[in-house]
Amino acid sequence: MESGTNAFLEVLRMAFGDLAPGWVLVLGSTLLAVGGALTLIAVNALFATWLERKVSGHIQCRFGPMYVGGWHGWAQSLADGIKLITKEDLVPRGGDRTLFMFAPALLLAAIFGAMVAFPITPQIYFANVDLGVYFILGLSALTTIGVVMAGWASNSKWSLYGAMREAAQVVAYEVPLGISLLVPVMVAGTFNLLDASAEQSGWYGMHWFIFRNPFMIPALVLFFVASLAETKRAPFDLPEAESELVAGFMTEYSGIRWSFFFMEEYAAMLLMSAVAAVFFLGGFESPLTHFANALWGDKLFVTADGVTSLSLAGLPYHLAAGLTLILKALFGVFMMMWLRWTLPRIRIDQVMTMGYKYLTPLSLLCVLGAGIWEAIRS
Amino acid sequence: MDERSTATEQLEARVREAQVAGGGEQEFMLDVRTQDMEVNFGPQHPATHGVMRVLMRTDGELCTGAQPHLGYLHRCAEKIGENVEWLQYLPYTDRYDYLAAMNNNLGYSMAVEAVLGIEIPRRAEMLRVICAELNRIGSHLIAFGTYGLDIGAFTPFFYAFREREWMQALFEKICGARLTYSYIRIGGVFNDAPPGWLEEVALFCDTFEQKWPEYYDLLIENQIFIKRTANVGIIPHDMALDFGLTGPMLRASGIDFDLRRDLPYSLYGEIWKDGAFRIPVGKGEKGHLGDCWDRTWVRMVEMMESIKIVRWCLAHIEEGPVLGDLPKTLRVPPGEAYVGIENPRGELGHYVVSGGDKVALRVRVRGPSFTNLAVLEDLLPGSLVGDAIAIIGSTDIVVGETDR
Repeated sequence: MESGTNAFLEVLRMAFGDLAPGWVLVLGSTLLAVGGALTLIAVNALFATWLERKVSGHIQCRFGPMYVGGWHGWAQSLADGIKLITKEDLVPRGGDRTLFMFAPALLLAAIFGAMVAFPITPQIYFANVDLGVYFILGLSALTTIGVVMAGWASNSKWSLYGAMREAAQVVAYEVPLGISLLVPVMVAGTFNLLDASAEQSGWYGMHWFIFRNPFMIPALVLFFVASLAETKRAPFDLPEAESELVAGFMTEYSGIRWSFFFMEEYAAMLLMSAVAAVFFLGGFESPLTHFANALWGDKLFVTADGVTSLSLAGLPYHLAAGLTLILKALFGVFMMMWLRWTLPRIRIDQVMTMGYKYLTPLSLLCVLGAGIWEAIRS
Repeated sequence: MDERSTATEQLEARVREAQVAGGGEQEFMLDVRTQDMEVNFGPQHPATHGVMRVLMRTDGELCTGAQPHLGYLHRCAEKIGENVEWLQYLPYTDRYDYLAAMNNNLGYSMAVEAVLGIEIPRRAEMLRVICAELNRIGSHLIAFGTYGLDIGAFTPFFYAFREREWMQALFEKICGARLTYSYIRIGGVFNDAPPGWLEEVALFCDTFEQKWPEYYDLLIENQIFIKRTANVGIIPHDMALDFGLTGPMLRASGIDFDLRRDLPYSLYGEIWKDGAFRIPVGKGEKGHLGDCWDRTWVRMVEMMESIKIVRWCLAHIEEGPVLGDLPKTLRVPPGEAYVGIENPRGELGHYVVSGGDKVALRVRVRGPSFTNLAVLEDLLPGSLVGDAIAIIGSTDIVVGETDR
């Protein structure tokens, strides 16, 4: 893996290398990456809301949206987006105006920052962060501050309840979330998402971490449960518990600011699932990517004598890799939706008990077991 | 002010007592002392099932006091009963417990019939029982579905409504209305069943019997659901009697009392003697006797018992008239009668007094939701906010009837 290859920069350099100075290219590539990450969040929110409606609809003997746009209501989310943008942006009387307006922005900024570490293919990414996993976990935990801010600034008791629940829940589940990730990190020997994924090639693209260590499967389960709590998804949707707290911290929000909470939720779901896919389920690796690599090679950008050039032969591999990761991540998202429309909600004390008394010790045990296993094996 | 602070002290003492006595994760509750906060649950709140308001005092996630406030849906039903003719009052009975309108019709009609002292044709009685039991299923389906919503499971609600939709379609075929039926009339029923209706009811019974275990497994046996409802909102034997609870709430506390068997009306005595149905009584299977899980379980099992009653009726129904011979303008001889029937929510009593006129002197309704609701004030203090929702949901009140 050539770290430091920035696909956006390389493309710009190839196109405008003779015309513009270096710093313009760097700035341009950064803007492209930022735009790309934002687009990813927005497109993901559009797609995931549609998917959620379809999944919930089919689980509940309904069809979900069917009319807008023609085919299975594909444009429903777009129509909703237009509706949300044109809605009145209300700030409740007695609320803290500044904080109220700022909270969704902070929330979105945090998840947007985390999204930057999301790899698209092995050579196309927004940023190759060496501490990728902890960058993602750290920034997505920052969204909690946005939620607490929103709950406090709303001047509503329901919002306050939601915010306090979110704070308590995230503090409790951040620990098992991070610790359970240590298991694959130990096997991989890296925090970098691209390196971890590359580690898992072999066995015709099936040499996934989950098959390498018996403690990997419980670690994946722990990670999945903790990520449900982290992303406020059912059965841990207490911060927005519809039947208890009306809509929790979002109660007073409307219009586009409200939609920011949604974008954040779906982006967090995608990110968490992508992290699980990279660190447990092989990342970019699958038989598809393996054969694409074997047939056409894996380099989209080839560096020879200090000159980088585009090599279209690597395109099938990169398409396969991108598709593999996004499908694995979407499978995780689908699992979260499936659970949400099946399970009842847990009570707050049970959430705490589960986090502190079961998930944390169990994840520690997993780390211990996996460490011993790795030590014996090597 | 002074009076209020004494009441507050008493309440706090009671809460502490409940904390010491109750089971569950107690250490969580007593960690931090914070200032109490008063929260209005309702009138517009998804978990109050209508326009009820519960004023709740909370200490963090702990509920330290609760006071249900009623009257948002008061429509003077009983007073109207003294101002309209006997038959004209019937549509008003539909509107207090709008989820069990057939049962309300039945209760009122039977009370008036008791004053009149008339016999009802047998086919009419059969149709009455079929409709009342189908409506009980529909009502319990709502209870089951919305209770799932309260606990946070959204999907059972849709399954419940799918079956209820069929039930409503059946009622639409027999009387033209889907919610406020006015089908059961003084002296019989409004109309005979259309051709093929009874067969469709049988088909509904078959389908429902297949679907019911799925719902039971999906929600009632769900581990999270059990965790949320077992040992929550326990109503002990004595407390249930003291508050005059009736219906599933009473039976969930282990008291085997059902008006259909113990004060048999209509055909229920005959059906019971035939051994066609059982009365489910709470056993405290998953937690403590009389908890929220027991109440939901009793409702679930009752649905299947209702199916059995409907099947018995379908097997024994004969041709015949469906409406007794009554004048257009009914004049009821002087007298009074109280008739209590087993509504899906408990005992629905109608007390009617006639002065021999076209209009009643007095129509008094004893509603089960109203009586069952009283228990909230004692049940909620000492529970968590999430539990409070579970408890309010498990009382299965219909606000239209508490306020009338």
